[in-house]
Parts: sequence; structure tokens; C-alpha cells
Amino acid sequence: MNYQPVIGLEVHVQLTTKSKIFCGCSTRFGAEPNLHTCPVCLALPGALPVLNRQVAEYAIMAGLATNCSIAHHSIFARKNYFYPDLPKGYQISQFEQPICEKGWLDIDGDWGSKRIGITRIHMEEDAGKLVHGMNGGSGVDLNRAGTPLLEVVSEPDLRSADEAVAYLKKLYQIVTYLGVCDGNMEEGSFRCDANVSVMPMGSSVLGTRAEVKNVNSFKFVKQAIDFEISRQIELIEDGGKVVQETRLFDPNKGVTRSMRGKEEAHDYRYFPDPDLVPLVINSEWVERIEKELPELPEQKRQRFITHYALPEYDADVLTASRLLAAYFEETAAFAHNPKAAANWVMGEVTRALNDSGRDIDHCPVAPKALGELIRLIDNGTISGTIAKKVFDHIWNNGGEPAAIVQQQGLAQVSDTSAIDAVIDQVLAAAPDQVAEYRSGKEKVFGFFVGQVMKAMKGKGNPALVNDLLKRKLS
Amino acid sequence: MELFDYTLHHLHQLLKNRQLSSRELTSALLGRIEAVEPQINAFITRTVDQALQDADQADQRIASGDCQPLTGIPVALKDIFMTKGVRTTCASRILDNFIAPYDATAWSRMKEQGAVLLGKLNQDEFAMGSSCENSAFGPTRNPWNTACIPGGSSGGSAAAIAARQAIATLGTDTGGSIRQPASHCGCVGLKPTYGRVSRYGVIAYASSLDQVGPMTRDVTDCALLLQVIAGYDPKDSTSVDTAVPDYSTALTGDVKGMKIGLPKEYFIDGLDPAVQQAMDQAIARFRDLGAELVPVSLPHTGYAVACYYLIATAEASSNLARYDGIRFGHRTQNPSGLMELMMQSRAEGFGAEVKRRIMLGTYALSSGYYDAYYLKAQKVRSLIQQDFSAAFKQVDLLLTPTAPTPAFRIGEKTSDPLQMYLSDIFTIPVNLAGICAISLPAGISGDGLPVGLQLVGRPFGEETILQAAYAFEQSTEWHHKKAAL
Repeated sequence: MNYQPVIGLEVHVQLTTKSKIFCGCSTRFGAEPNLHTCPVCLALPGALPVLNRQVAEYAIMAGLATNCSIAHHSIFARKNYFYPDLPKGYQISQFEQPICEKGWLDIDGDWGSKRIGITRIHMEEDAGKLVHGMNGGSGVDLNRAGTPLLEVVSEPDLRSADEAVAYLKKLYQIVTYLGVCDGNMEEGSFRCDANVSVMPMGSSVLGTRAEVKNVNSFKFVKQAIDFEISRQIELIEDGGKVVQETRLFDPNKGVTRSMRGKEEAHDYRYFPDPDLVPLVINSEWVERIEKELPELPEQKRQRFITHYALPEYDADVLTASRLLAAYFEETAAFAHNPKAAANWVMGEVTRALNDSGRDIDHCPVAPKALGELIRLIDNGTISGTIAKKVFDHIWNNGGEPAAIVQQQGLAQVSDTSAIDAVIDQVLAAAPDQVAEYRSGKEKVFGFFVGQVMKAMKGKGNPALVNDLLKRKLS
Repeated sequence: MELFDYTLHHLHQLLKNRQLSSRELTSALLGRIEAVEPQINAFITRTVDQALQDADQADQRIASGDCQPLTGIPVALKDIFMTKGVRTTCASRILDNFIAPYDATAWSRMKEQGAVLLGKLNQDEFAMGSSCENSAFGPTRNPWNTACIPGGSSGGSAAAIAARQAIATLGTDTGGSIRQPASHCGCVGLKPTYGRVSRYGVIAYASSLDQVGPMTRDVTDCALLLQVIAGYDPKDSTSVDTAVPDYSTALTGDVKGMKIGLPKEYFIDGLDPAVQQAMDQAIARFRDLGAELVPVSLPHTGYAVACYYLIATAEASSNLARYDGIRFGHRTQNPSGLMELMMQSRAEGFGAEVKRRIMLGTYALSSGYYDAYYLKAQKVRSLIQQDFSAAFKQVDLLLTPTAPTPAFRIGEKTSDPLQMYLSDIFTIPVNLAGICAISLPAGISGDGLPVGLQLVGRPFGEETILQAAYAFEQSTEWHHKKAAL
């Protein structure tokens, strides 16, 4: 039998606010344990939460960017459970009346374009962290407790691991474009739980789902979902039944393991948090945020195609991240040649970044330098080959392209008499090849070009070299 | 009259005019505490050395010409308020040796004025109780008759006033915890409108109901202390950002033309005769003073106690989850694992009534029961609020007994929680509606126990109830009666 996988994702997006969601403590990562704490995030007796307005603002931005409707009246709820890293014994989250509802994202792929529903986006606080193996025991670090999160819950509209990854990448691109998330997946700034079930192809009755937790990279999401789909299909084929449970993904082995079953599932006893008043969001606030919203990936992609006349492929690659897109735009502005700028950014720049393991925001060649380099090619001062040398020089040593070309005597030679002289020498030294060419073996032409350029240390104007060679040989 | 017998406003004049030093006054109170505390047990913690130091500082401040209403005044706080550097237990074993690292907003406002802290007062554990018997530190006794309870949960705060162990105290009121003990101990206690006083630094029992309020010898002192603690606090999202009026201007003594509602549901058969008599006299007094007495109805009153014990316990079950033995407070010895550490610490740290309410509340919020209990209770709460709104369309305030009986005997109701819960029958609806009310002395029973009168006001109607309370007080002698101790 053929089976249809059904997948829904719950994504936790850590926000980039400077302070925590309900107190003024810093959200900085990597500090000495329990340094960024206060009575509120330590849950000392008598302490009370006060909502960080910036968190609501970021939630509204994320909601607008994912086509959600923004609730004018939204409430916080307590999710009750005991764990040492949860200081209050409850997490402040949203349950009924979340801040954003009913949105969608379009994902493109082999399946064409597909609309994935977003059920809701809500605000909540992160828990702390347990640190094991301290003096023979475990410690609690509450620096992270109270760090603001958005939980983005999709509809079960995804039908394969590839679709799930495409959706995740799209969401990732949006929240990092908005700047509400730093996108650091290794530090857990963007993490995902997947609800996976399978049903017989053509059925409309959903199968029992398992929730897979702790999938922290796009690669792991694909692995975890693919594993889970196969596991469930095999189980059913062998006459078994999928049970509703929470499973943990093990990235080392690429498998999922049962963490707790339905009977061990928590009764979270959600109820509205009486310490926080309802969040009232008026239309002016939403309109103001909408106006100030940065350009989103989709809009930028369209603009790159129409404004810079770039092919779709180039626009896709260049808008993958906001920083890359910005780098390209700046380069193009200096180069006065968008297509050449695109080629350089997608080619040399990306290669050099990959080789050195750097991010675009740490690229040693500034857009201005790259733009000027491209202009030097376009005005015939240097050839593309020389330009790559200059690029490498700037990458390693810095400097201005024009100055480097001048200092190192890299400007190409466009003086026809000088080129003619070299050609004469080359042809005189290779009478056999000249004879071959003249007898119709035109392939030998490349040999002459190579010899001339070699003699001129690469500085011969390639177009002129070609022209003059042809004239001499004809 | 001894120094410890005086009112706050009188002592303020003496301090201001340098007829008295805070050192002298504080010493007098410390002596009084020393003398009567063995009979009363109003204090959990006494801060003797700090009090004398603070008194000296207050004297210096006064000498420099700065004498605020509370400068140099010896006060004490219910042990539910966080007091920086001072043990704060909430009368629970689970916080037995907890030293608060910060100040509650209400206390810090008093501290800024130079109030002198004598110590922390006994209460029912986590404010859960109506008799001050649910304390890990033993019951507080009623100064009028030490065989009787002082009321609760702010029993220590009321007893300390009645026993003249403090000039003024703070209590908290979730279902009557300021007003009922004030009634039983013959003092004045005011529960402000929800949001009028910051809850920051007040150990939470039921967050949507808890409110801080003053407990004093007379209405003038009450207005004065409320003035200091009232007002918006950015650290408490539920505190309300509206201007605090000058409460002293409400103390005119005039109630002519004021419309006072008498809710029929509060004047039930079986009201204690002493309470009935006090109410009859109070009604007559207000009539003499020129007020208009109007019968009104609050039809959902009968559901208030049940509604309260669902909402308050639900919130409490969650509020008390933080006492898990992980970060502070009592931790069990040698637990076998994580779950046992948390479960056993709680089992050892909480008293019986606290456990009962945690279980009740957990049940009310549980999946499958939430709609039938918690949600239903919230709907009833709205109906109770609407009852009051409707009544306040006809009248300016309501007059009711504070409690159905005078103070009962220690041990009398401990075996019957339901009977105990009913002692708050007239105070609970006020918390559910989030409005304000004051209890003030209005009689003495045949057994020599005080009887309190409750005046209930509109949201942020503190001025109106203070005005009526002051007029009544000034035309009677009840506030001059003292426990013979």
C-alpha cells in the first residue's frame, strides 16, 4: 500500500530583544551561570512579570510577514508543570487568544507552489538550563529563563520532509530578514518540533501522530521526518499501530526514540495568567509596524528580477539572506553592472567565503572594492583573469583595486604595435603550428592566444589579441 | 495613656514638634511587645536592633526638618511582604529561613518615609485561613480574649494593633483577610480596590484577588497609611495608573444626603445577635447623621464562597508551584532523585490547609474539569461583579456586617473547614468584584468581643467609604475601646 505522510511543524523562534520578556535582565548568550537573573526570572516569592513591549512588536512583525491576522485583544496563560529549569513551576505562554492567527506561507519546489497554513504564532518565555556533572550533582543556570520566544505553529499541510524543509527555510529567511531572530541554529535560536503521521494514500482520516522534538538543523529535520515516516509505515505494514507519543531525535544515529507516551503526557492546566493584563493592540500600532516593515525576501526577489534584470536563479541565490542581498546591492551600485556584480557575488565571493568559513558580514573585500574592480574590467583596464588576481590580493592584504593594478603594473596592454610585435615573435617561433592553422586546423588558434598572453604576462587586451592574431594569420 | 496607645496621626504631630523622639517611641513599643507577646504571639520575627537604628535615623531626619507622615513611626508587616535583609516566611515551614533579597513596593514606600520596622507578623500560612491558626509558628491570640482567634489571615496584623504592639500595620486581603481580623480585634482595616496598591513583593496567594491594605487604630490613620502605599507601580502590571486622591480631604464628618445601600442578602436570619444589634445601631446612627438608607439586592451573593474557593485555589495551586526546594526555601534531606526532591520538600514544607487548597485548585484546573469548575466560577464572578455595579447605580456605598459572628474560640472550627470558610461570607464578594471596603469598630458583644461594620465602595471609591467611616467613627466611641491586656 502507498502511504501519505502528514506533517505539521512547531517552530520556536528566539527573539533578538536586548532584555527578557518579563523583566529587564539581559538576554546575552554565554555569560557566567545565573549572572543575568533577578527576582522575576528567578521566580522569587512576590515577584511579578511585566511584558516587554518589544516582544509584542516583534510578534506583530512576524505575524504580518506571514500573512496572519493580529489579535486586538490577546492574553497570556500559564502552562503548569514541574521541572528544575522552570523556576515558577509554570511557563508563561499564550493558549487561548494568541497574538497572531490564520496566516500562510507559499513554498516552491518540485511540487510547484504550495500554500502552507500557519495556525498561530504566540509569545512565550524560555526555560533555564540544567548543567550536569557539577560537584557530583546537577546545577541550574537561569540565564536563559525568560528569554522571549515566538512559537509558530503550522497547519498539518506538509506532505514530505522536503516540503517541511522548504517551509522551515522560508520561515527562517523571513524571521532573519525581519531581524527578530539572529538565526543561530547551533545556539538554539531557531528550533523545531515535528508532528508526523501517515495515512493510506487517498484516505481523509489522519493517522495517529508522533511528536518529534529537538531537531535543530534543516538537515536533521529532513532526517528525522524521513526516519519517522519509514518507521511508522513499517510499523503499520507489520501489523502494528502507531501510538501517540513524544519522541526525541538522536542526531548521532539519525533515529527517533520514544521519550514519553500519552499516559505520561502532562496535563498542563492552562489558565489565563492573572498577573498580566490582556494585551490590547490598536490598529494604529499594527499600521505603524506594517509601514516600518523591512522588505521581505519575496518582494526583494521580485525587485531583483525587475530592477536589476537578473535571472530568477540569481535573484533566488542573492536574496537567500538579507546580508547577502545587501552586499550584492551595494556592489552593483559601485559597479554600475548588476549582472556582473551578481556573477562575482555568486562566484568568487561565495567561493572565497566557503573556503575560509566566513559569513558575508565578515567578507574582507568590501562591496565598494568589488564594484570598482568590476568597473576596471568593464572599462578595459584589466581582464577578468587579472581581476581575479586583484580580488585575491584584496582578500588577503586589503587595498584599492585601481592602486593595486597600477602598483603591480597589471593594466592590460591595448597598444596594437606592442601586441603586433609579440605576435610576430610567437608566429616566428612556431612555423609548424602556423602551417597547421593555414591548412585548416583552426583549433590551433587557442595555442597562439595562449602563447601571446603568456608572453605578455596576461596583460594583453584579449579582444585586441584575438583581432590582431586573426589578421596576421589570414 | 502610654505612648504605644496613641494614634499614628497624633504621634506624627508629637514627632514633628520634637515633643517626642522616635527612639523613645520605638523603645516603648519594643517594651510593650516584650511584655505582651507571650500572651499574643503576633510576631514571627522581631527586628529589635534594626528598629532602634532606624529610629535614630528617623530622629536625625526629623532634626534636619524632614518629617513625613510615617517618619519615625514604629510599624509592623504581615510576614507576606518581602523585606530586604529580613526573614520572610509567609508563616510557612517551606520559607522558614528565607531572607528576602528585595523590598515589596508597599513597604519600600513606607521605608522611604522613614517608617521603623518592628518585625514581621503572624498570619495563616500563605494567607490561607480565617483564624491565624494555620501558621507554622503557632496561633496568634485575640488581645480581647486570648482564648479566641484574632481572625485571619492577617491575624497578627490585627492583634498587634489591638495589643498596641505597633502603631500601624499592613495586611493583605484575598477574601477578607484584612477586614475580618480587623472586625475581630476592634481595629480599622481597609481593602483597597484591586490595582490601587502594588502587589509587587507580596507573596502571592490568589493573584486576581490579593490586595494590600492598612490596619490601624482609627479611620484617620487608615487614610494616612493608604495615602503612602497607594498608586501605580510599573513593576505590577495589574496596578492601575490613575491619580491617587488626597484621602484626608474625605474626612469631613459629613454624610448628609449620602445614599447607603443595605443588601438584604447580608442581613440573614441566624446572624449573631451581637452583630445584628451592632448593625441596627449603625444603621440608626447613619440615619441620624443624615444619610439615606436604601434596601438593595445582590442576588448572586449565595454563590460567592463556592466561586471564591475555585478561583482562589486554582490560582494558588499555580502560584505555589515555585516552592520546589530547588532555588530557595526548605529542601528535604537526602532525596533519592529529582522528583522526590521536589515532592518531598513540598510535602514537608507545606501545612495541611495549604495542601488542601493546592489539591482543590489543581483539580479545578484539570483537563476535563476546567469548564465545569474554573470557567463556571469565572462566569459567576462576572455575575457577582454585575450585582455590585447595579447596586452602585442606586447608592453611593453599601453597609454590611464584616463577619457573621464575633471572634470564635481557638480550635473551635479547625476540624470543619467548611464552617471556617463561611466566616468570610460577607467579605469574599468584595474581592471577587475587585472593589473596596473598610471594616471599622461598631460594637462590643456581651462576651466583650469587638464587632465590625463593613462599608463597601465603588471601584476606586476609597474616599467615599473613608468619608462615611470617619463620620460614623467620630459620632461613636467604639474606636476608643481597648482590649484590657
